[in-house]
Amino acid sequence: MSRVSVPCHVKGTVALQVGDVRTSQGRPGVLVIDVTFPSVAPFELQEIMFKNYYTAFLTIRVRQHTSTHTPAKWVTCLRDYCLMPDPHSEEGAQEYVSLFKHQMLCDMARVLELRLILRQPSPLWLSFTVEELQIYQQGPKSPSMTFPKWLSHPVPCEQPVPLLEGLPDPSRVSSEVQQMWALTEMIRASHTSTRIGRFDVDGCYDLNLLSYT
Amino acid sequence: MLQEESDLSLIIAQIVQKLKGSNLYAQLERQAWGSWEKRILKSLNSMCTELSIPLARKRPVGEQKELLNKWNEMGTDEPDLSLFRPVYAPKDFLEVLINLRNPNYESGDSLSFRTHLGLIQVPLKVKDIPELKEFFVELSLTTGQLGIDDSTQVPPELFENEHVRIGQKVLAEQDSAAAQQYIRQGSPTALRAELWALILNISSQPEDILYYEQLKTNVIQHDLLVDSLIYKDVKLTASNDDYYFVFEDYLYQVLLCFSRDTSVLSHFAYNSASPPKSYIRGKLGLEEYAVFYPPNGVIPFHGFSMYVAPLCFLYHEPSKLYQIFREMYVRFFFRLHSISSHPSGIVSLCLLFETLLQTYLPQLFYHLREIGAQPLRISFKWMVRAFSGYLATDQLLLLWDRILGYNSLEILAVLAAAVFAFRAVNLMEVTSLAAAEAVLADLSTLKVMPLLQIFLFATVT
Repeated sequence: MSRVSVPCHVKGTVALQVGDVRTSQGRPGVLVIDVTFPSVAPFELQEIMFKNYYTAFLTIRVRQHTSTHTPAKWVTCLRDYCLMPDPHSEEGAQEYVSLFKHQMLCDMARVLELRLILRQPSPLWLSFTVEELQIYQQGPKSPSMTFPKWLSHPVPCEQPVPLLEGLPDPSRVSSEVQQMWALTEMIRASHTSTRIGRFDVDGCYDLNLLSYT
Repeated sequence: MLQEESDLSLIIAQIVQKLKGSNLYAQLERQAWGSWEKRILKSLNSMCTELSIPLARKRPVGEQKELLNKWNEMGTDEPDLSLFRPVYAPKDFLEVLINLRNPNYESGDSLSFRTHLGLIQVPLKVKDIPELKEFFVELSLTTGQLGIDDSTQVPPELFENEHVRIGQKVLAEQDSAAAQQYIRQGSPTALRAELWALILNISSQPEDILYYEQLKTNVIQHDLLVDSLIYKDVKLTASNDDYYFVFEDYLYQVLLCFSRDTSVLSHFAYNSASPPKSYIRGKLGLEEYAVFYPPNGVIPFHGFSMYVAPLCFLYHEPSKLYQIFREMYVRFFFRLHSISSHPSGIVSLCLLFETLLQTYLPQLFYHLREIGAQPLRISFKWMVRAFSGYLATDQLLLLWDRILGYNSLEILAVLAAAVFAFRAVNLMEVTSLAAAEAVLADLSTLKVMPLLQIFLFATVT
């Protein structure tokens, strides 16, 4: 299934915190990232891909285009998706994650805007976010090909040409040729993958020093 | 047909396991590993220039003939190795691990619930004792074990005879997965060599013997600087060991060929390290003349030959011994000297050891820390060598049975903690690092399986 990247504008992360940001000691545990699609019409979302950076839980809310005049509402399409099984340890902290349409709680037919709510309850990490965010929509279906008429309507068998004197039966020859062709295909396909194990270049292994790059 | 299917499914399972384990945490690993690798390369290069010995040279024909004649008794050679020094020793590697830091990790001055009191400062997830009990369930008190239930006081009808019978059946069926499950309770000495070969998928086909002969030819043709390092290592470690000095010649035959084996390069796909590179003389920078050095990409460190030595008790035919060692290396041993976040990687093992000790022997841990004897400084060398050279050989082989059975090196960390628990009373009375080392200097009388069982299943927490 092909997919097409949708250009998106990722707004800066907004930390949600209780109280005055300047005076409070702790670090925020909730961040919100807004993703808008300024130049694209409402589309059907296929896949979201990103690289995690120490986010423990992810919630995604979506605002969809409605045909009537009612204002579009925010709907939660992914709730508390766990990215790090143990928020205090490294597992899952820097992994690449893909989320698909079928994992979402609601229909993603006419997406206008996305809001990613990141949560990291552990106080051990200095910062957390998601990086390299990419949104994909369904790619165009491959155009249906029109078959030439003679492929879809094969002509009935012609009368076999009468055997010429001294020549072998053509149907037998063709079946033997087919068998030989099948054999050559088999040999070609089963090329050995064992390496020869040469570590030198043309018999020469006279080396400089080790290189640092 | 059944054989192929079970082989195939085992191979697939192994591949999945290897891929699963290759979580590479970019920032953490590459930076630390990059600078460590550079240090090793610099050390090797400086040895090369100081001693004016090339990294590699083609042997003249006379020397080739001589080596071929002496192939089975290379131990009688006494080359002057005084100027060579090992590229690094485990304690250097420990210093690198101690300095691993995550830049995103809050490591403030104030003690918090997650302050690492041990040496390792990386917050990897390690198992705790309830999880270990579940993982090592076949080691529990109610299951028969070789190493415990085959001692002379226990009548063999209770466990041993039946266990041997099942082992013979597993071998007859050539069932690799069943062998891996069976060996968790230990392997009878008579069946061990075949069982390990079955689990590691080693069968001596003619092409394997031919491959080994090819490697032998490579050794004869080219002389590598790494060879001298191997010689030095064998002379320093295995030759001095009461149990392993008889195998000195075998060790050369295996390790010299191992350095030439390019198929080992494929394990770098799931190892975060990368093999050192060099260029043919005069062709610096030209990619067509770039080669790996040594050909297998692995630079041996002090104690490397101890990975091979215990295997010499099981296999006497050099090409089979070689294959077993190579497979053990690319499955397990490489994790003991490379930095990764894999649960069987050395960083996780160190953290597991320290966490177990802190949680279940807090007084001992605190005491040792106070006297400046961080426990990891003592147990690190045991774990890096998978206890080879520290335990008696029969006990070591019982331990390595379990490594194969559980496909994990975590048992090394558990055993290290169990040893500390066993000698806790003596350790509480020491007042310096040297005295603590002395208490733990001799492990050759320890019985591995009772220690593990008691620590995991019989300690009151």
